Amino acid sequence: MSPQERVAAALARVPYAQFLGVRAELKGDELTLALPFKQDLIGNPILPALHGGVIGALMELTALTQLAIASKSEKFPKTIDINVEYLRSGRALDTYARARVVKIGKRIANVQAEAWQGQRDSAIAAMHGHFMLAEADGD
Amino acid sequence: MADPPSSRYETGATPTERVATMTQFTPQARALGIALTRVEPPRAWGRVGYRPDLVGDPDSGVIAGGVITTLLDQICGVAAVSAMNSASPVATIDIRIDYMRPAQPGRDIIAEAECYKLGKSVAFVRATAYEDSSDNPIAHAAAAFMINAARANRT
Repeated sequence: MSPQERVAAALARVPYAQFLGVRAELKGDELTLALPFKQDLIGNPILPALHGGVIGALMELTALTQLAIASKSEKFPKTIDINVEYLRSGRALDTYARARVVKIGKRIANVQAEAWQGQRDSAIAAMHGHFMLAEADGD
Repeated sequence: MADPPSSRYETGATPTERVATMTQFTPQARALGIALTRVEPPRAWGRVGYRPDLVGDPDSGVIAGGVITTLLDQICGVAAVSAMNSASPVATIDIRIDYMRPAQPGRDIIAEAECYKLGKSVAFVRATAYEDSSDNPIAHAAAAFMINAARANRT
């Protein structure tokens, strides 16, 4: 297994990732998380729309996993802060997310992520956040 | 401009009844076991119980950040609706969450939210998540919600 495949396998062992039903798809070192639609991900049953917390969680998981790959660690970083911006309501469809590591410092990293459904260039939400690198978190 | 009858899940005579049905009819809130525990407009409290299938770090048993994100988003939305004179659907514009420390494994997590400004179109809400006291928070959130989201989303 390549290092990035080991990280994707580590994500698959996370109980909450299983609860949501996320799947990791790897192309080299680029990761896409896929969240197949299911009824209990709904936050607003009238529209219907996915729960905002689920979309935020998907992007956070993508950021954590992509950052573990980028920092060549099998341990996940710890979230310091995230800022989630909602651009469109998430429809009752499969959702995808990718993350971009903007900067890895000595202790913290800055990561951006986006989530989309039908069209890649029409994001439903964006996230940026700061994460404590696993190696630096020695306490 | 009366609200359409489609806002079925936010009906109720009092703000407390209104937001109680709002959480009951949210599938993801039910899936996580989120319970609305107290409403004193413009404040709301909710709780999510510890469950092994919600763990984010199998080594430590700490619950996933995404669970706290959803709890905070949900209870912030409830606080916003509780502050209104008449029910209106809300949609999150953005939410920022600061994590002060990991949640304690095995413990329930409480979210306490306050809608500190209800405008015509936007509600501003802040919240904390904790086990015992808001003086020792796991996380702090600041969120903005669009009011009358169902109407605005109709395209």
